[in-house]
Amino acid sequence: MSRELKIVEAINEALFQGMERDERVMVLGEDVGIEGGVFRVTSGLQEKFGKDRCVDTPLTETGILGAAVGLAINGMIPVCEIQFDGFIWPGFDHIINHIARFRTRTRGRITTPVIIRVPFGGGIHALEHHSESMEAVFSHIPGINVVIPSNPHDAKGLLLSALQSPDPTIFLEPKKIYRAIKEDVPEAHYTVDTKKAQVLREGNDVTIISYGAMMRETKLALTEYLKTNELDFELIDLVSLSPIDYETVIKSAEKTGRVLIVNEEPRTCGLAAELAAVIQEKALLSLKAPIERVTGFDVIMPLLKMEDHYIPGPKRIINGLTKVLNF
Amino acid sequence: MQIDKSKFPIIYGHDPRKGEMFQVVNEEGEIVNPDFMPDLTDEQLFEIYTWLIRMRISDEKANNLQRQGRMGTYPSIYGQEACQIGAVWPQEKSDWLVPTFRENGMMWMKGVPLEQTYLYWIGNEKGSEFAEDLNMLPVAIPVGSHTIHAAGIGWAERIKGGNNVAVCSFSDGATSEGDFHAAMNFAGVFKTKCVFFCQNNQYAISTHRNIQTASDTIAEKAFGYGLPGVMIDGNDVFAVIATMTEALKLAREFNTTTLIEAVTYRLGAHTTSDNPKIYREDSEVEEWAKKEPLIRLDKLLRAKGILDDEKAAKVEEDARQEVSIAAKKALEAENPKITDMFDYLLSETYPELEEQKQQLIEETNE
Repeated sequence: MSRELKIVEAINEALFQGMERDERVMVLGEDVGIEGGVFRVTSGLQEKFGKDRCVDTPLTETGILGAAVGLAINGMIPVCEIQFDGFIWPGFDHIINHIARFRTRTRGRITTPVIIRVPFGGGIHALEHHSESMEAVFSHIPGINVVIPSNPHDAKGLLLSALQSPDPTIFLEPKKIYRAIKEDVPEAHYTVDTKKAQVLREGNDVTIISYGAMMRETKLALTEYLKTNELDFELIDLVSLSPIDYETVIKSAEKTGRVLIVNEEPRTCGLAAELAAVIQEKALLSLKAPIERVTGFDVIMPLLKMEDHYIPGPKRIINGLTKVLNF
Repeated sequence: MQIDKSKFPIIYGHDPRKGEMFQVVNEEGEIVNPDFMPDLTDEQLFEIYTWLIRMRISDEKANNLQRQGRMGTYPSIYGQEACQIGAVWPQEKSDWLVPTFRENGMMWMKGVPLEQTYLYWIGNEKGSEFAEDLNMLPVAIPVGSHTIHAAGIGWAERIKGGNNVAVCSFSDGATSEGDFHAAMNFAGVFKTKCVFFCQNNQYAISTHRNIQTASDTIAEKAFGYGLPGVMIDGNDVFAVIATMTEALKLAREFNTTTLIEAVTYRLGAHTTSDNPKIYREDSEVEEWAKKEPLIRLDKLLRAKGILDDEKAAKVEEDARQEVSIAAKKALEAENPKITDMFDYLLSETYPELEEQKQQLIEETNE
């Protein structure tokens, strides 16, 4: 059985099912309880599982992420909600210095299977510090998985998969498409491989790699482009931002010889740069054009009036596509 | 320099640990603490009343603009106007104001034109481009993060031998962030010239103040850092003015930072994105509404013969006109240039950045 759900609803269902299946799973964060989270992702959880398992915490990301370390070490599986991407930084110490390191430091004795859920990226005309895309900062940290769904089906399956992982996961939630896409999601418990990129369409002319909310923009750009052009493109949803499924990426790059990467982060030292580096290392002789990055700019995310000039839209994506095809 | 505590009877004479809350004018508009009533002329009392009405109407306007889709997310100050006025009224022009995001009224009084505050919430960077001579930081959205900046400003002021005080305003939620504790600690250790002004409005979005901290008061947290702390009625503009006057003097003359907990209530939503009905009862709001700052100020001024229906109507009419003009200016203001995001980044540009700028220009001109 399945029915149509949005990403927010799919994540909510994953949390319900994860908490039902395993009583160690608990949700903590700011306004996750009575309010059900500012995006309503945790709606109904406190009502169903009580205040000890869906916890409104004091307003401190250091507290949420730091306490999660101890909770995890002592047998719980904490799912932390960071209210907006820009608010994660006070707790960053615990991610980089503790959550990602305990397994290594204790030679596998102590693990911290913490899940950190973060509404992620721009495009919803929110306030300052509510719209940044800093995924490369997280992917840069050894010892923690970074995952981002681009649709409701994967949102549920990836989160349920992360809940079963003995390792910590940063689960980025593309807030721009929280409610924009509605699709069939199975009612039953299922998992989606968190380490595997997905080839959404096979093709021979060009490899287009994207993820999260930018996957939707990429598809919009392709629809636009295909109105007046023919193109046998291969489309890859990266899904896992750490570790990256290079096997899928390289195989595709070797086949098409042209690669376009679309994401909304600042360009320098970004995920796209990392992908480009590895693709040229492993598939240089297959390449017919320089790898093209379509990204945000190396600037502070503008306030809402100018936000759309920062975020790559169909126009910038089509420009990048044209460039990589016409080289 | 030894502080003669008897010279600061509000701050040192009211112990939050005993549940003592300083008040001058009660909910009925009666002066219950005449010794502490600030020395204000009738004109000044009327000016305070006028500010309160202007703030309330400006807030109402912003909420309306947001509902019409002409403004972004907006945080209301409704019910907290006594804090807004009282925290700024006794300041010197050159004192610093370090706000979080629920200080629209404070910023206005401090010298930011209303249309500029509107611009910020409309999502235009020009909203944070204050006049050069205004000692004020822009809005700080990451809760509590600015408290430690205020400590730094107040620290530098002491080092420089300056005479300005950094007034930092925040709410109860901010007191949970680590930065708040670092700020208090630095203020104590480095003898900074600051006032920490907590608008305890009972809620951080849906999270009640009782979930925020297990301590009976926020004010008493000061003692752990070797600082004075005082709890006051934050809906009583005179209590706020009187306490802030003392705290400014204590900081200016004795390099001693006070934590003021102004007990108030956010009668509006957290922001226009929030629906408070989810997490609080109407009856609770109604109880607090009886204590809101305008009722008592209105009663007091009428009792003194400073205010009547005719004057009140005129104040409101003028405020509506003023606010409407400010809104019009903000709505008609030009957007920032598309290149501003590059040009304001650093003191010097660099080739890669110029290339990206050029890319955006070409993309926009296509």
